[in-house]
Amino acid sequence: MSLVLTHTRYRIIETVRIPVAVLGGAFFPAASMLFFVVPFAGDDPVGATYATASMVMFAVMTSSLFTYGVGVADDRAQPWSTYVRTLPAGPGAAFTGRILTGLTMMGISLVPVVIIGWLFTAATATPLQLLLALGVVVLGALPFTFMGLAIGYWLPTKAALAVAQITFFPLAFGGGLLSAPGDAPGFVEAIAPYLPTRGAVELVWAAVGDFRVSATSMIALVAWTVAMAALAAWAYHRDEGERFS
Amino acid sequence: MLARTVEVTKRFGDTLALDHVSLDIPEGGVVGLLGPNGAGKSTLLSLFVGLRRPTSGTVELLGGDPRDPASRRRIGVTPQETSLPGTLRVRECVAFVAAHHPDPVPVGELLERFGLADLAKRQTGGLSGGQRRRLAVALAFAGRPKLVFLDEPTTGLDVQARRALWDTVREFATENTVVLTSHYLEEIEALADRVVVLGDGRILADDTVAAIRGMVGIHRVSLVVDDLPALNGVVSVEHADGRTSLLTPDADELVRELIHKDVQFHGLQVQPTTLEEAFLTLTGK
Repeated sequence: MSLVLTHTRYRIIETVRIPVAVLGGAFFPAASMLFFVVPFAGDDPVGATYATASMVMFAVMTSSLFTYGVGVADDRAQPWSTYVRTLPAGPGAAFTGRILTGLTMMGISLVPVVIIGWLFTAATATPLQLLLALGVVVLGALPFTFMGLAIGYWLPTKAALAVAQITFFPLAFGGGLLSAPGDAPGFVEAIAPYLPTRGAVELVWAAVGDFRVSATSMIALVAWTVAMAALAAWAYHRDEGERFS
Repeated sequence: MLARTVEVTKRFGDTLALDHVSLDIPEGGVVGLLGPNGAGKSTLLSLFVGLRRPTSGTVELLGGDPRDPASRRRIGVTPQETSLPGTLRVRECVAFVAAHHPDPVPVGELLERFGLADLAKRQTGGLSGGQRRRLAVALAFAGRPKLVFLDEPTTGLDVQARRALWDTVREFATENTVVLTSHYLEEIEALADRVVVLGDGRILADDTVAAIRGMVGIHRVSLVVDDLPALNGVVSVEHADGRTSLLTPDADELVRELIHKDVQFHGLQVQPTTLEEAFLTLTGK
């Protein structure tokens, strides 16, 4: 346990020593809030709350795809990660430390979104709703965490960066994160229930508002989570076989 | 016995990296692992430190399987100095490694002994190559290891920095057993008591430094010459860029013979061969 904390601690130190990387992760969701949510849905309490929830999921998805996708790929290219494997600790400590760091960074990227929603829009949520939202956000982050890990363990850094960039926008737009519930263009409404983004954001909508989740989205979310977990496990074992067997 | 391999073979696809290697590392002293690139040094080291597992045969480390983290509590390994986490400070880097060991050297003391105390607060990304190399070697000694693996510890350092680091390693080697890999015969000579020579995944020689030096004491005699008679004691002849290179165990005798036979040559140069050349010659490649 203490080794997990050691790995988490030093990984967080490494990350925050490059402030621009931390700011970069928080910038896009915060900017989207300011440009798309505040002017268009800012005055309507229900609309603003849903839109803020969508941006939270958007931040979670990008953070997971990039932190794990690019982060893992980059680490695999560094001889330092090989050296760390010679220290008297199993691979579990470093892996868990990476996940805890990812969750911390994700939390940091959410702060501006929530603050902007609170200060500059009519969005409202009770403390209980916020707590519930936090729980479902972590749940909704699972498929994207696995997706990021799969990309990172499978591809070299440059390819991982490209794939993360190509993946995040269709997932966000197609899942209806950039529009209010029921308000997206027709084709988005048609495909959204089958994308993991939709199921994840529906959970957050339900946590902070009067939204009923659809069965299709939930089944799709579970299916994506299982499929991505399998892909991540496959990529992890493939990497282990290549570098450590 | 601190570590050993028994009949270890390691394949990567079709490549045979190690071919039935049996090597014992008893307690005490410095063992130099020598050999050209691709000889199997790094593969052998990766088996000893638990990064890889052999295709066949067994590897033992401090009485256990090196893949088991518990077996690695009393060993130390150098990271490649280019890969130290650039944003971590020197002290943090050492503390991170020390946190993995049950009874580490106090961070301040380790930094002091490796001459890094003044740099404790610097980020590793801002260190010079020599300072980073020092830190990399220091990390290997952080856990009071019984057995230390130093992989190419001074490659890329200037002569002065190299000698300074040798002094430190020598000082620590009195308390620890060290396995050292190097391209440099000079480095092995300066530090090792025993030399193991690898070539093509096999152990070619395992002897004292003096004995090995005799085996690889081959010189390169290079000259421009049109017509070369048969000569004694030449192991190989190469032609490149208009020059002819003769590899020989006795350069003096060869030059005498050239003059004696009235060979018309100019631009004579005599150089010690690199180990790589010597071994390629000795192993008949």
